[in-house]
Amino acid sequence: MNGFDAPKIEYFQVSPILIVLGVAVLGVLVEAFVPRRRRYGVQVVLALLGLLAAIVTSVMVFLDLNPGSDSPKSGKVVAEGALAVDGPALFCWLLILVLAVLSVLLFAERHLEGGVLSFAGQAAALPGTEAEREASTRGLEHTEVFPLMLFAVGGMLMFPASNDLLTMFVALEVLSLPLYLLCGLARRRRLLSQEAAMKYFLLGAFSSGFFVYGIALVYGYAGSMGFAEIAQAVVSSTGSEGLLLGGIAMLSVGLLFKIGAAPFHAWTPDVYQGAPTAVTAFMAAATKVAAFGALLRLFYVAFGANRTDWTPMIWVVAILTMVVGSVLALTQTDIKRMLAYSSIAHAGFILTGFLGIRSLNEVAGGSLTGVSAVLFYLTTYGFTTLAAFALVTVVRDAGGEATHLSRWQGLGKESPLVAGLFAFLLLAMAGIPLTSGFTGKWAVFAAAMSAGAWPVVVVAVLMSAVAAYFYVRVIVLMFFAEPIGEGPSVTTPSVLTGTVIAVGVAVTLLLGLVPGALIDLLGRVGVFIR
Amino acid sequence: MNNAPWLTILLLIPILGSVVLTFLPARTSSSLSKQVAIGFSVVTLLLGIALAIGYEPGGGYQYEEDVVWIKLFGAHYALGLDGLGLALVMLTVILTPIVMLASWNDGDHGAWGAKGFFAWILALEGLSIGVFAATDVFLFYVFFEATLIPVYFLVAGYGGPQRVKAAVKFLLYSLLGGLVMLASVVGLYVESAKTKGGPTYLVSELSKIDFGTDVGRWMFLGFFIAFAIKAPMFPVHTWLPDTAENATPGTSVLLVSVLDKIGTFGMIRFCLELFPEASRWATPVVVVLAIFSILYGAMMAIGSSNIPRLIAYSSVSHFGFIVLGIFVMNSQGLSGANLYMFNHGLSTAALFLVSGYLIRRRGSAEIGDFGGVEKVAPVLAGLFLVSGLSALSLPGLSPFVSELLVMVGAFVHSPWAASFAVLGIVLVAIYILWMYQRIMTGPVREGVVGMRDLNSREIFAVAPLLLLILVLGFFPKPLLSVINPSVDHTMSQVGTSDPKPAVTEGEAQK
Repeated sequence: MNGFDAPKIEYFQVSPILIVLGVAVLGVLVEAFVPRRRRYGVQVVLALLGLLAAIVTSVMVFLDLNPGSDSPKSGKVVAEGALAVDGPALFCWLLILVLAVLSVLLFAERHLEGGVLSFAGQAAALPGTEAEREASTRGLEHTEVFPLMLFAVGGMLMFPASNDLLTMFVALEVLSLPLYLLCGLARRRRLLSQEAAMKYFLLGAFSSGFFVYGIALVYGYAGSMGFAEIAQAVVSSTGSEGLLLGGIAMLSVGLLFKIGAAPFHAWTPDVYQGAPTAVTAFMAAATKVAAFGALLRLFYVAFGANRTDWTPMIWVVAILTMVVGSVLALTQTDIKRMLAYSSIAHAGFILTGFLGIRSLNEVAGGSLTGVSAVLFYLTTYGFTTLAAFALVTVVRDAGGEATHLSRWQGLGKESPLVAGLFAFLLLAMAGIPLTSGFTGKWAVFAAAMSAGAWPVVVVAVLMSAVAAYFYVRVIVLMFFAEPIGEGPSVTTPSVLTGTVIAVGVAVTLLLGLVPGALIDLLGRVGVFIR
Repeated sequence: MNNAPWLTILLLIPILGSVVLTFLPARTSSSLSKQVAIGFSVVTLLLGIALAIGYEPGGGYQYEEDVVWIKLFGAHYALGLDGLGLALVMLTVILTPIVMLASWNDGDHGAWGAKGFFAWILALEGLSIGVFAATDVFLFYVFFEATLIPVYFLVAGYGGPQRVKAAVKFLLYSLLGGLVMLASVVGLYVESAKTKGGPTYLVSELSKIDFGTDVGRWMFLGFFIAFAIKAPMFPVHTWLPDTAENATPGTSVLLVSVLDKIGTFGMIRFCLELFPEASRWATPVVVVLAIFSILYGAMMAIGSSNIPRLIAYSSVSHFGFIVLGIFVMNSQGLSGANLYMFNHGLSTAALFLVSGYLIRRRGSAEIGDFGGVEKVAPVLAGLFLVSGLSALSLPGLSPFVSELLVMVGAFVHSPWAASFAVLGIVLVAIYILWMYQRIMTGPVREGVVGMRDLNSREIFAVAPLLLLILVLGFFPKPLLSVINPSVDHTMSQVGTSDPKPAVTEGEAQK
């Protein structure tokens, strides 16, 4: 081997990731060189333009690869085998990017806090000190949240597209680190927020440790990091089975932590409650997409051949997750914690769809695959949950957001519109027909049952009934309970938050009424390249 | 008639009305919004009558529409009416304007005022028509679950003191049943995806598939549990008395007379026609449960001191008869059950509405608070008596024909089943007449003194019901001629033979 061969990078295919990361770096430069009072506008516009450009290029890549038109296995392995740009990856990209655009709008909301962002004025100032008060009176803002978020988005784009374990780990860290930071930046209830960031960071670092250990074991088994080579090794079952199984277990700990599946869910309620609500919304919607995309690729592509080894484990995890999420949500008194447990329950439902793995020749043409079902559910859930958290930000009292459930009593009288929209979203999460929640549930259940996982589906329908109870409880509170004291007040948000709510509700309704187009698309793109 | 999508139009008119009401300006007077609402329901009724006139008895499914909805799911937007569907759609469109007229002022003080009350009723009417007209299981399921939302808000927003609790109980019971059914609905997809034609939810396609013994039985159970909760059958009936006690009379009518029929309708359309083998397998248990429902409901009705609870329990008993008629699986039983669904809708509606008038005047629903009403309000008492007699199936009133047919069917199936069920008929007489005696006769009680008799609106609202009950009691042929072909269809699907005397003897000897 003479000299150094430059790696061949297919710049066109990876351009969405490069654009997002590049704009994030530009954002850091903006912090350094643009005067303070102009930064907000520049950052917001920059972030939106960057994301929109990434969306446009993703669509172009999509049309160029044209996955699913003729051969089902279309797509391209790029960047020396590090990334796989195929149907599922591109769908995740588009979904994450659209959710990220909406999240930027939520981040940029300044009406609700009286003209400043809902992030800490100066995160370095200790809570309750003179420095904090000064930051508040001077109206300081951390406009760094926008580049931070873009870095996270960059990681999220890499995560479901990564085609070897090392890239997957790097993506995991790139998406996680900015999120840890963002969680600690709430303007109100800062100690809670910092506690959330700390917990998330410690547990996240711990689970990353598991992930790395898993990488080492699987490498020991397969002698390679690449998914294709691992899959090859699994098929020919070279090496020791123990290494492989141990590695799969460790890797799944790292990934199941990210999606908030039981028994690795403990961080979710604390972090969802403590983090600024805009960040919670972003995490709940986009992180789930990225993490499930990665989970799908890792297990379907690399470990697809020995799925009889790991599906029992996922059965147990899915059942446990649904039970824990639904049952513990019953006792919650804080709306954000309740939504957090509900997101755990939904992770369980998505895992149910994940169990819809079948070998390709089993899948009759034009029928629903596990991948399509999971991606469809992620789409429905992402928009619904984003709009739900956006609505949480507008129900306020003197202390900021009124997240305690008792403060939501009588909201139906105070603002029928907000209460009605929230009720609609709750019904969607409960899976009532004519909303996207129903079609999503149907898709994952159908996928799982096609693969013979009917016991999980039975548990899932029973847990859906339990979950319906706590969603209905909130509806009862809003419409049929008398307000306590002065009752909640609804602050009219700017057009930014308004857009997020409108889009979220519209998508929830549309995917409930006419999901056909999206599902047909997913039926065509739902195959990984190997 | 030409090929216009009449059923879609029929179900969209009330839904459009509901939307119009919702977006009426806030300052619109409540009487104007009520008039708008009843206008929409009358237009629906007129179109319904036109469709019924244009319907050819024995012509199979009519007014069919079929558009692919979600291709990958195999779901179609497919509507069509057979005899049973037509009868139940007619029941819906007849009862809605009557309920509106009878509960003209019931919505005024509820959560969203009269406008909201009437808007929810119209939404419910549209969705109910969809349920009975759907010929695609997926579409049926969507409508089935969607009807829960208007009922929930009607009960929780416009009822008695415990209304919120009752509404939640109703919703959770129904959702639980619906979700269990969802597992079976998904199962249908999985099974039909294995066939050559790919996944489909059309009833006409599904009924050709042989699901195999185990799979068929499991899916049957999922459907049956949901429909038993809906119907409601013993032991999953407990939501109905609570809901009826707290809902307004109008809501109770729509709930018991229309929506609960989805349960028995579903048993015929889906349990029997899609899973004939599993239905025959389950028959012994279901027949016993049905007899339990008949007797238990009647006993509880005798013990009830609250009028709506009593009527609710009487419905549990009557639904027992309907289920019995369905699962004895002979043509007498089935046509009796089909007829019973329509007639029970009429008689229970009359009973709920007239007792609603009574309760509204006295301000109490406890039977013990009444006495001697017939002396102060003779018209009210008279209508109450006629409604009550129709509930106990007095010959000459329409429920009699259906109950008789069910009893004949039960006897053909097995004499002991009939002999238990016949006890129910005796018990009905006890609770209805005893209730009449305690409320209407005797000395005039304190709170009853000076009770106003019915005004013309109230009489006009229930008059069509009683008229129908009377006419169909003497001349049930129009209804039977529509229903019998669909009974024959069900019989051929189930694969049980026509009950010629020889066969019935064979059955009886078993």
